Amino acid sequence: MENLVLKDVESYIDGFARFERSVAGNGWSWLSPLRKEAISKFKELGFPTTRHEEWKFTNVAPITKTSFRLTERATALPAGEELEKFTIPELDVFKLVFIDGHFTPELSSIKELPEGVKIKSLRDALSQERELLEPHLSRYVDLSDDAFSSLNTAFMQDGVFVYVPENTVLPEPVHVLYVSTGTTSPTITHPRNLIVAGKSSEATVIEDYVSLGEGVNFSNVVTELVAGENSHINHYKIERENRKAFNVSTLRIEQLRNSSVSTHAVLIGGALVRNNIHPVLDGEGGSCLINGLFMATGSQHMDNHMLVEHVSPHCDSRQFYYGILDGRSKGIFSGRIVVHKDAQKTDAKQTNRNLLLSEEASIDTKPQLEIHADDVKCTHGATIGQMDESALFYMRSRAIPLDKAKAILLLAFAGESLKRIDLEPLRVYLEGVVAEWFSSEHLNLG
Amino acid sequence: MLEIRNLHARVDDREILKGINLVVNPGEVHSIMGPNGSGKSTLAQVLAGRETYVVTEGEVLLDGDNILEIEPEERACRGIFMAFQYPVEIPGVANTYFLRMALNSIRKYNGLKELKPVEFVKYVKEKMKIIRTSDDLLKRSVNEGFSGVEKKRNEIFQMALLEPKLCVLDETDSGLDIDALKLVADGVNAMRSPERAFIIITHYQRLLNYVVPDFVHVLVDGKLVKSGGKELALELEEKGYSWVENSSQSAA
Repeated sequence: MENLVLKDVESYIDGFARFERSVAGNGWSWLSPLRKEAISKFKELGFPTTRHEEWKFTNVAPITKTSFRLTERATALPAGEELEKFTIPELDVFKLVFIDGHFTPELSSIKELPEGVKIKSLRDALSQERELLEPHLSRYVDLSDDAFSSLNTAFMQDGVFVYVPENTVLPEPVHVLYVSTGTTSPTITHPRNLIVAGKSSEATVIEDYVSLGEGVNFSNVVTELVAGENSHINHYKIERENRKAFNVSTLRIEQLRNSSVSTHAVLIGGALVRNNIHPVLDGEGGSCLINGLFMATGSQHMDNHMLVEHVSPHCDSRQFYYGILDGRSKGIFSGRIVVHKDAQKTDAKQTNRNLLLSEEASIDTKPQLEIHADDVKCTHGATIGQMDESALFYMRSRAIPLDKAKAILLLAFAGESLKRIDLEPLRVYLEGVVAEWFSSEHLNLG
Repeated sequence: MLEIRNLHARVDDREILKGINLVVNPGEVHSIMGPNGSGKSTLAQVLAGRETYVVTEGEVLLDGDNILEIEPEERACRGIFMAFQYPVEIPGVANTYFLRMALNSIRKYNGLKELKPVEFVKYVKEKMKIIRTSDDLLKRSVNEGFSGVEKKRNEIFQMALLEPKLCVLDETDSGLDIDALKLVADGVNAMRSPERAFIIITHYQRLLNYVVPDFVHVLVDGKLVKSGGKELALELEEKGYSWVENSSQSAA
């Protein structure tokens, strides 16, 4: 598969044929119909333009104009020390490291697992766990109008598979580290994650996207999360790739009766980031928390796209998204809540707050409520503001220097999101990551 | 310590201070009284360094240096403290953290070692013996959800903690009931010392029953039109501001 270069729609389709041949014989033939369906869907859709309602604010030309190389398994691995800075202190985890999209057991550590639990690379799972995968893989993500998820499905070859059987509590979080090593030519990866949690199980999964170099990488991600009846799942996504990276991800959450899912995102990296989150509350008594903090500067572009579907009665959803935008960056929050006709007693709430730190930064915030039931409670609120001048003066009058005062206010704002993270070592770590972002040279605190 | 010379200041296009002259020496308590809109709060804000007020003429000397060119944070480091008429709420910032940052900024400026959290807690406990406040207020976010009285009490507590040399109280007494007023007065009296000066800006004479000033000045339409001892406050209370307003107009 040398020199498989992907750029325009045709090259992806040609490339797919070669890709299919190269992975034939991996014991994945059962996937072939799924892949073929996905690539033909992609062929039909092509890349979205800004004329597409769901892509109005995001022009994907930077992606379609770049020639990406489909990554091979790396021959030389980065040294473990290079990844040290991505380790979350005081948190024991099952750690899976992916180098340029490929699972790297040498850098990973998956300790002894409780009975029945599977934590492994999708590559291994595809050949070893077909009976667990087949009922779920690509059964939830909706490809009908989604070119990127279609591409991911056509080209998927690795990612994380987490399976927690019923009445089982995963003793430690799963930390999945996707590392792009920053080669000279732009690369593309299609991380594909599947998390299946059985009845009354508990699990925590952290997806973490990082870069080692300054090279361009496009992570085109799909994660499907199935929260079984009465399960409790915490999901985190940290996007901290370099500022040349592209990251388009779709998180599709399927929630059964009485399940509780929280998904938290902290987005600070990437040139163009599209963060799709799509929970479906498909069972009475489910609750979903969607919490996020996105911080952009320079010419970063961050598009957060929520679609919360209430299918069953008596479910709660809570969305809290906080944006901090500096430089010439652009942020988008599109929050759509759909309450289907049987979803009586739905309680859905959405809050989006944004801080603009420069004149050239911008934010588009777009709440959409689509309600087909008649006994529901839905609220939404969005604010866009600058830093509170009177609070800054108050702090300065108490001897706190202006740059410090600004950092304190920003941390307090970010803290509104971070405080919702229950996993304390992770919260503390992310507070540090955010503080570092504030004090980095890229943010004009003067 | 402080010398205000011919101070003129405006906000937007409106001239508010029209030539203030005042000398404050260490150990003195000055009270500035005046009707609403006379420029009392503007004077306090200009001393603290609020940028919305533009000084168009004059000087403010602190220990001989003109402070008008100095940033608000450095003025605070040099010992100016203003208790706000309307203290600002800062959600998400713990009061203790805020106070420690403030104190350490001042200590650092003065070449003192910054206090670690544990040392700071000890220092706070000491100060709480002088100024009554509650642990609860310290743990909460700065002024967030505080009652009016709690906010004012927090200002006085900050003042005690930061040990400024010049304390400017901007209508700290407004809206306080008699118990809260006594609390504020006790705080100020506890802090009176030969090295420290106070400028107490107030609309009402009542606070001055508890904090006895050395000088009382009356501010009308951006100028100090009358100065005297503590008995001037009583006279004002009795005759009303119209008494000085009329006399200043007739003088002009």
